Amino acid sequence: MSRRLSVIDIDRCVGCQACMFACARRTGRGGLADSRIMVRSAGGMRRGFVVVVCRACYDPPCARVCPTDALVPREGGGVRFHAERCIGCGHCVDACPLGAVFWDSAQDKPQICVYCGYCASYCPYDVLALEEVPHADT
Amino acid sequence: MLTHDPLRNVLTIDLSRRKWRVEDRSELFAEHLGGASVGIRLLDELCPAGVDPLAPENPIVLTVGPLVGLFPMASKTVAMFKSPHTGNLGESHAGGRSAVAIRLAGYGAIVIQGASTMPVYVVIDGDGVRFRDATALWGMRSSYTVGDILRERETGSGRRTIMRIGRAGEEGVSYATVITETYRHFGRLGLGAVFGSKQLKGMVVIGDRGLDVADRRAYRETYDEIFDAATKSEVMKKYHELGTPMNILPLNEFGALPTRNLQERRFQGAEQISGERMAERFLGRRLACAHCPVACIHLAALRTPHPDEPYFYKTSMLGYDYEPIYALGSMLGGDDPQGMLRLMDETEIQGLDAMSTGVALAWATEALERGLVSEQHTDELPLSWGDYETYIAATGRIVTQPTDFYRALARGVDHAASVYGGKDFALAFGGNEMPGYHTGPGAYVTYLTGARHSHLDSAGYAVDQKAARSTESLDPREVARSLLQEERWRQVLASLVVCFFARGVYTSEIAQRALATVGCPFSDDDLRKLGADTLRRKVAFKRRAGFSYEDLQIPQRILETDSPLGLVDEGFLRRAIQHYAEDV
Repeated sequence: MSRRLSVIDIDRCVGCQACMFACARRTGRGGLADSRIMVRSAGGMRRGFVVVVCRACYDPPCARVCPTDALVPREGGGVRFHAERCIGCGHCVDACPLGAVFWDSAQDKPQICVYCGYCASYCPYDVLALEEVPHADT
Repeated sequence: MLTHDPLRNVLTIDLSRRKWRVEDRSELFAEHLGGASVGIRLLDELCPAGVDPLAPENPIVLTVGPLVGLFPMASKTVAMFKSPHTGNLGESHAGGRSAVAIRLAGYGAIVIQGASTMPVYVVIDGDGVRFRDATALWGMRSSYTVGDILRERETGSGRRTIMRIGRAGEEGVSYATVITETYRHFGRLGLGAVFGSKQLKGMVVIGDRGLDVADRRAYRETYDEIFDAATKSEVMKKYHELGTPMNILPLNEFGALPTRNLQERRFQGAEQISGERMAERFLGRRLACAHCPVACIHLAALRTPHPDEPYFYKTSMLGYDYEPIYALGSMLGGDDPQGMLRLMDETEIQGLDAMSTGVALAWATEALERGLVSEQHTDELPLSWGDYETYIAATGRIVTQPTDFYRALARGVDHAASVYGGKDFALAFGGNEMPGYHTGPGAYVTYLTGARHSHLDSAGYAVDQKAARSTESLDPREVARSLLQEERWRQVLASLVVCFFARGVYTSEIAQRALATVGCPFSDDDLRKLGADTLRRKVAFKRRAGFSYEDLQIPQRILETDSPLGLVDEGFLRRAIQHYAEDV
């Protein structure tokens, strides 16, 4: 089994962005520069919110387009990022239909979810959860 | 403050010359934190004595503080300007995403100077400022549409604030608001009119940078403590569940809900507009400001049929809160919540402060009833209690100002009463329209002495509520002293900048610890000095602009309508004001 982040009930999202700040805070910093999750309005706050986060695809398009194998599919879905192999081409950003590959412009590298679930532990309204997923071949 | 903290950056935008610059003001922020404390200092520096609030020389100062972007509920931006409504200090606080966006764009303060020769909006990010043509947005009927357009046209979704004014700001209504993220406002004292005078239609600020801390471990620990307090405390839970309208029924029962221009203090229709009933019938969504888990913002889903065509409906999402319900509900004698919501929507569309609008309409209704004005003045609108169709039409007239009467009403109830009479029932204090608490003398001392003439300055209603439970009677000196102490402490919260709803969480001890983790060592004594000094500076600004405690007018109405603590005595209020003025 692997773990991935799941948006359980988007209708409960109030847009507080506590998850975004939590993701950035994993490293002990404030602000949002290192956040790998994004909550934005669905076309104005009156329409509610959208959570953009890696859904850990079984056949991740970001990994398929990576020319240097910096993004390697993970067993059970999602990818692992090997920063030392990355040349900063940005193909992964374009390939992800969810927009869940964020970009660190200072380092010129993608920011990839590590499926730790720290964000979910700060969601006050149970919008997010870390869930166990079976491996593709089981 | 940490050496590289971008809080030290003050971005100054000159609309006259369409130029901008960033200055390092480390000394200002290191010594005075941010928010209200830095704001009043910048206003003192930049606002020339005797300036007309709608002249290009009146600066707009928007400030955030050291805890913004780092700790939950540090979610407010403080605006400082000279108020076109009162002619003295203009200070207004707004949440939404404004504070986080400004802080993470890399600024501690944004200053707007001069005036544009054509309508513009500005887009601000970490790289600076772009000026955009807003001629096509000027005069647009609905502030919602302006927000929609800016949202579509500009980038930064999820990391930005979109501020804009409505037509009320364009037309210089002295209680026009600046709207941010559709449902939050720089509401009181007329910042919208100052934007309008500069032909500044809106402001988009985009920011998502990281912020360093002094001690990562202590930062995370303190964060968790504050976050837990915010998500687990009963008080915060109430703000989330029913929101501020939870107060309608208790205040009505207490006999403190101003009704029909405070001719009464209980409203027979209170149940219809209560937080409980509003939630049951209309609650469609709850929202939060950026980095606030409490989510106190309540939206009503209002479904209205088309007047002419069957099976044609529109559903609007409207923000509601205690104060707008008081001002546009009980104050206007309206027990039809649908009508009330539509009137709230109209104030939002036009960009008007809901509280001032409600109090102005309440005064106008009574003035018409008493024959001080006729339907000629009101442009043939027969204003009467609870008649929302007419109130909605009149709200539009406050903006378009087709008659001298509406031109007067567009400057507030104090001004209108100085032209047409009816001062005795013109419910304004220091020029600002009354908030919704007729709890007793404490509340009125707050309205009269508070630097913003807002119930939130020192929360005198809490003093009254406490007195109602006690056998001891209030003493003016004691009331003045305790309100002054509260108002000083709130300067500290407003400098961090923490939402006042989180005041129970952010004790001095917590504030000190939070500040220490981000490299701002402040002792309890330092914080209290900062609070007292900030308030003194605000009062000095007011006095320089002509404000005096001795000249404060007390409308007869508040002395004639019984309060939960009995009739309010003018002598008590005057003595308390005097003590406050001496001690401040």
